[in-house]
Amino acid sequence: MTQDEIVARIQSHFGARVLGTYSFRGQAAVTIAPEAIRDVLTFLRNTPELAFDMLMDVGGVDYLGYPDEDDREWRFEVAYQVYSVAKNHRVRLKVAVRDETVKVPSVWDLFGIANWMEREVYDMFGITFSGHPNLRRIMCHDEFVGHALRKDYPINRRQKLSQPSENLLCEKPEYA
Amino acid sequence: MSADGTRVQDIPTELLTLNIGPAHPATHGTLRIQVQLDGETIVNSGCEIGYLHRGFEKQAENCQYQLVIPYTERLNYMGPVHNSNAWCHAVEQLLDVKVPARAQALRVITSEMGRIIDHCVCIGTNLVDIGALTNFWYMYNYREKIYDLYEELCGARMMVNYPRIGGVSMDAPDGWLEKLLKVIDEMGEAVGEVQSLVARNRIFMDRTIGVGAIPKEMALSHGVTGPCLRAAGVALDLRKAQPYWGYDKYQFDAPIAHGGDTYDRTIVRFQEMQESVRIIKQAVAAIPDGPVMVEDHLVAMPSKDRVYNTMEGLINHFKLVMHGIKPPVGELYSATEGGNGEVGFYIVSDGTPVAWRVRMRPPCFANYSVFPKIITGAMIADAVAALGSINIIAGELDR
Amino acid sequence: MGLEAQVNQPFIATRMDEVINWGRKYSMWPMPFGTACCAIEFMGVVSSRFDVSRFGAELVRFSPRQADLLLVMGTITQKMAPVLKQIYDQMPNPKWVVSMGACASSGGFYDNYSVVQGIDEIIPVDVYVAGCPPRPENVIGAVVKIMEKIDRERAAVDWK
Repeated sequence: MTQDEIVARIQSHFGARVLGTYSFRGQAAVTIAPEAIRDVLTFLRNTPELAFDMLMDVGGVDYLGYPDEDDREWRFEVAYQVYSVAKNHRVRLKVAVRDETVKVPSVWDLFGIANWMEREVYDMFGITFSGHPNLRRIMCHDEFVGHALRKDYPINRRQKLSQPSENLLCEKPEYA
Repeated sequence: MSADGTRVQDIPTELLTLNIGPAHPATHGTLRIQVQLDGETIVNSGCEIGYLHRGFEKQAENCQYQLVIPYTERLNYMGPVHNSNAWCHAVEQLLDVKVPARAQALRVITSEMGRIIDHCVCIGTNLVDIGALTNFWYMYNYREKIYDLYEELCGARMMVNYPRIGGVSMDAPDGWLEKLLKVIDEMGEAVGEVQSLVARNRIFMDRTIGVGAIPKEMALSHGVTGPCLRAAGVALDLRKAQPYWGYDKYQFDAPIAHGGDTYDRTIVRFQEMQESVRIIKQAVAAIPDGPVMVEDHLVAMPSKDRVYNTMEGLINHFKLVMHGIKPPVGELYSATEGGNGEVGFYIVSDGTPVAWRVRMRPPCFANYSVFPKIITGAMIADAVAALGSINIIAGELDR
Repeated sequence: MGLEAQVNQPFIATRMDEVINWGRKYSMWPMPFGTACCAIEFMGVVSSRFDVSRFGAELVRFSPRQADLLLVMGTITQKMAPVLKQIYDQMPNPKWVVSMGACASSGGFYDNYSVVQGIDEIIPVDVYVAGCPPRPENVIGAVVKIMEKIDRERAAVDWK
């Protein structure tokens, strides 16, 4: 299916929960509200013509200070890149997160990769994923204060770690 | 049954919590695995990463697009050229710039050489962990030959800094392509020799068949790509599915296996090395003459004689170095097939020469996320064998 | 060798320092603390082309308690820094440290929130090797410099 057809299918199924669509260099993206992400991913996986069975990437973006023409009402976006092995097509879902108090539903039970990738988005941006079994920092150390990839975190602010972490990692299988 | 009637099962024991890493020879980098052991069997496990988090994404938001190239090479440091090729490919898609055919062929050649050396180290070190030391020395000798070729091409052994946005930095010197063909022919035979030492070896097969198997559904759910996914039976290779740099003109197979275990992953890597040899031979045979850099003064550096002899060339050079390349406002996700799987760059551009956001999708991240699940129920020695075959590269995992 | 020619006995006269230093420098047991790309170049150093075993430092020991030369190869991040200190503390005296590569020596070109700007913030370093990654010959040169440093030690007097 072409990018326009995929976007049209999503729009026709989800109607008002699609906040916008975007197209650039032959790639399409759909912006949705945080509450809709689980339904959209389930729809994309279960519809036979779409068949998006792989979640390739979950990444956050901080738009604080972005020189925009249209007024963006949200500060963060979480971009989900999905791919279909059978149909060989891709699409991007962008979840609009107004600020850090908004919680995005976690999709760790739909796609196993989301477990660690959402932890990284939390570590780098401070976006909380509700329903995540183990939302701890994954890249920065446990004594790190702040969220490193936010635009208001200066690049050179180093934080030392006083001792190696002794935490127990393997308490429950889903923590992995 | 002992003399007083107690059986082994009745003796009270505790689970032992053991840390493997982050400074450990078998982890090939800074990984930490914590396992709970009942005797030698792993009952529970968990992984911690981030010990090599070097802030690539934050760094890339603070320098111009062309200055990100050295940072990308340090991501997958086993086959470094592919990452910088992939980054330049992503920025070129953003700019909508078409790279000349000779540069595309050179990118294919250097990326496939990178894939060969990546698999050489992966197999060599995996076999060292299992106990077969000889292959490591043989594989490293092949790496040195490829390093000599890289050094002749662009001056450095490992971090070559070869591609540029819009093409590659320099053309192959005279005689380089012939030398490459000779080395690649020898390599093809030599890899076959190493494979014959290992592939039907009783000890290797006992140690690796059925060990660390990644089932197909788990692989798809966890976003596993590359040789790990192909060993599980899914024929996904981005060079064939969504070709770039002229890969659709070359004849090659993406080898697959069906068990998904350590043995299959190793054999798939051996076969991929042979396929890379095939691709390089075809690329060298079909390489067209022509420029290696696009003819666009907003992207390509002018030649030195123009810089030193004309005012326009001087100013062009100055503007490109000081002010950089200005792509349009937009965002893009560009995916290529690296040695470990899908290497993705998600770039958000705000129209300035410095990217607003660069997100690198690391293939090792997805491949490593299945690791705690596949070693549960296995023994420690199996965990070590499985870990080596997934090919975790901490530079890419933690960025 | 004047004394031996007259006495005609099978022994060599020397100073204790020289014997101790000779033993230490030609049988260094490196502990490779490899984190990143420099560790791959180190693997090239120990492999057959740039053979470091010609200099006696072939027997890499992955346990710090059995090693005397700590080779820090690669970027040390803030998360890894306490681990490095712990490994250094676990090594018994005498011990020497080689900081291999730009990242270990000064943080390299990663001047950001997560990278330690040089391991000499954490442990004392004997030899720094520049390069990103340094050529294997440079690494062997560093090992040779450590050997020269060992030669200058007065083990019988200084060692407490």
